[in-house]
Amino acid sequence: MKKLINSPETVVGDALLGMAAAHPELIQVHFDPDYITRAGAPVRGKVGLLSGGGSGHEPMHGGFVGYGMLDAACPGAVFTSPVPDQMLAATKAIDGGAGVLHIVKNYTGDVMNFEMAAELAQMEGIEVASVITNDDVAVKDSLYTAGRRGVGVTVLLEKICGGAAEAGLPLAEVTRIAQNVNAQGRSMGMALTSCAVPAAGKPTFEIGDDEMEIGIGIHGEPGRQRMKLQSAREITEMLASAILDDLPFNRGDQVLAFVNGMGGTPLIELYVVYNDLVKLCGDRGVTISRNLIGNYITSLEMAGCSITLLKLDDELTRFWDAPVHTPALRWGR
Amino acid sequence: MRITAEHVIRFIETIAARVKEQRAYLTELDSAIGDADHGINLDRGFSAVLAKLPTVADKDIGTILKTTGMTLVSTVGGASGPLYGTAFLRASMALADRYEFNEDDLVAALEAALEGIMMRGKAQRGEKTMIDTIAPAIDALKTARSRDVDAHAALRESLAAAEAGMKSTIPMLATKGRASYLGERSIGHQDPGATSAYLIATVLVETVESIQPEAG
Repeated sequence: MKKLINSPETVVGDALLGMAAAHPELIQVHFDPDYITRAGAPVRGKVGLLSGGGSGHEPMHGGFVGYGMLDAACPGAVFTSPVPDQMLAATKAIDGGAGVLHIVKNYTGDVMNFEMAAELAQMEGIEVASVITNDDVAVKDSLYTAGRRGVGVTVLLEKICGGAAEAGLPLAEVTRIAQNVNAQGRSMGMALTSCAVPAAGKPTFEIGDDEMEIGIGIHGEPGRQRMKLQSAREITEMLASAILDDLPFNRGDQVLAFVNGMGGTPLIELYVVYNDLVKLCGDRGVTISRNLIGNYITSLEMAGCSITLLKLDDELTRFWDAPVHTPALRWGR
Repeated sequence: MRITAEHVIRFIETIAARVKEQRAYLTELDSAIGDADHGINLDRGFSAVLAKLPTVADKDIGTILKTTGMTLVSTVGGASGPLYGTAFLRASMALADRYEFNEDDLVAALEAALEGIMMRGKAQRGEKTMIDTIAPAIDALKTARSRDVDAHAALRESLAAAEAGMKSTIPMLATKGRASYLGERSIGHQDPGATSAYLIATVLVETVESIQPEAG
C-alpha cells in the first residue's frame, strides 16, 4: 500500500505540525497531550466547543477549529478515539467561564473516553455538557446495539453550534441546538474502495473492481451490504431514499444537503451525485435551501461518498449562515 | 500460594511482549468486524506501560496496577483503553497497599476488574465482547476452588473456560462496540477483544504456574 508519509508512527504528529505551520493566525497546536485550540482561546464568556475523534477523517475535526466553529479538537491515532488526558487539557484550555460542550460521535470508544474526560473536568469545576451524534441510517437502531454511528451531521452540528456560541448563547441553549441538529439530520454512506490504516499497511477490507459497499462507516469498517456497482443515479437514490424515509422528510421541508467525499473521490463525481440528489428531493417536494459539497469527513483514501440531509428551521439556517473562519470552512468573514 | 509484586511486574511485562507478538493477529481479527486497530492500540499502550514500570518496581501491587491502568487509559484510545484501563484500576483498588496476595485475593481482584469493564462498557455476557472470555473464566476458577483442587489445576480449568468463552463469540451477533454496526455480518468472526482478553488470561496463568508452591 503506497502512502505519502515519513513513517506510520509519525503521521499524525507530522500532519499536526503541518497544520500549525499553515494556519498560525487561526489555530494553535499543542503536543503531549495533543490538541488543537483556536488562536486566542479561551474566549471569555463564550461557550467552548470541543470535539475530537480518531485521525484519518481530515479535515474533521482539526480543520474546523477557529472563529464560528470549534474552540478545540483532540486528534486520536488513526481511526482511534483520543484519550481523556487530551480532552481534559483541551477542555481546560477553552473554558472561558461559560462552560464547554463536548461533541462526540457515537462510537463506543469515543463515548467512553469523553465520558471519563467529562467526569474529570467536572471534578475540576468546569461545567461540561455533551451531545452525541448518531445520524447514520445504515445502522439498525435498537436498545440492544451500540446504536447508530455519528457521521456527516457532526460537521453541520459543529458549524451551527459554533455560530450559536459565537452569538453568545449560554451552554444550555447551545446544547439544545446541538440536540436539535442531531435530531433533524440523517446520513448514509457508500464506498467504492477500502482504505489502509498507515500502521496496518494494507487495506482494511477487500472489494472487487465491480463491487461497492453500501452503508459504510467512516473507518473502513465493512457496511451492511456488498453489491454490484451501479450508476451514480441509482446509488444516490438508494442512499437518499433511506435517509428521506427515516426522519421522515416531508413535502414542503427545507433542507441542507451535504454531499461528502470519503477522501478518494474527485469533486466532479460529488457534483454528479448532487445533481441526482437535487432531482430526487425535487420529486419528493423537499427543497434544498443550503448545500455543502466536498471532502469534509473522510475515511483516509477511501473512494465513495455520504449524503446528509438536515431539516432546517429559521434558527438553524441563521447559525449555518453565520460567519465562519477555520482552516477548512470559511465564509462571511 | 504467595503472589508478589515481582510476579505482578513479570505478568505485565509478559503481556506487553505477547501483545507485541500477536499485534498483527489481533489487528487482523479487528479488520473483519471492526476498524483494524486493536493490536496496534494495545501494543502502543503496553509499550508505554513497559516504559513506566521501572518507576514503580519497588512499590506496592496496588500502585503497580494503578499505574498500568492509568497509562492504558492515557495511551490506548478506542474502547479498549477505557475498558482495560478501568479493569487494572479496579484490580488496583482490590489490592491497594499489598506487597503479596493469595488465590482468594486473586479472585476478588479479577471480579473487581470484570465489574469495572461491565460498568464502563455497559455490557453483559453474550454480546460478543471481552466479557465472554473473562466472566466464564472467573466462574470456572471459583467452581474449581470450591471443589478444593490445587491452585494450578484450578487456573488450568479457568483458562480452558476462557478459551471456550473466546470461541463462543464466533457465532454470536455483536450488540456492543463497533462490530454491532455490522448486524448479522458480525456472525462467524471471533471477537478481537475476547481474543486479547484470552491472551492476557494465558499470561496470568503462566505467571502463577511459574510460582513454586510453598513447602508443606
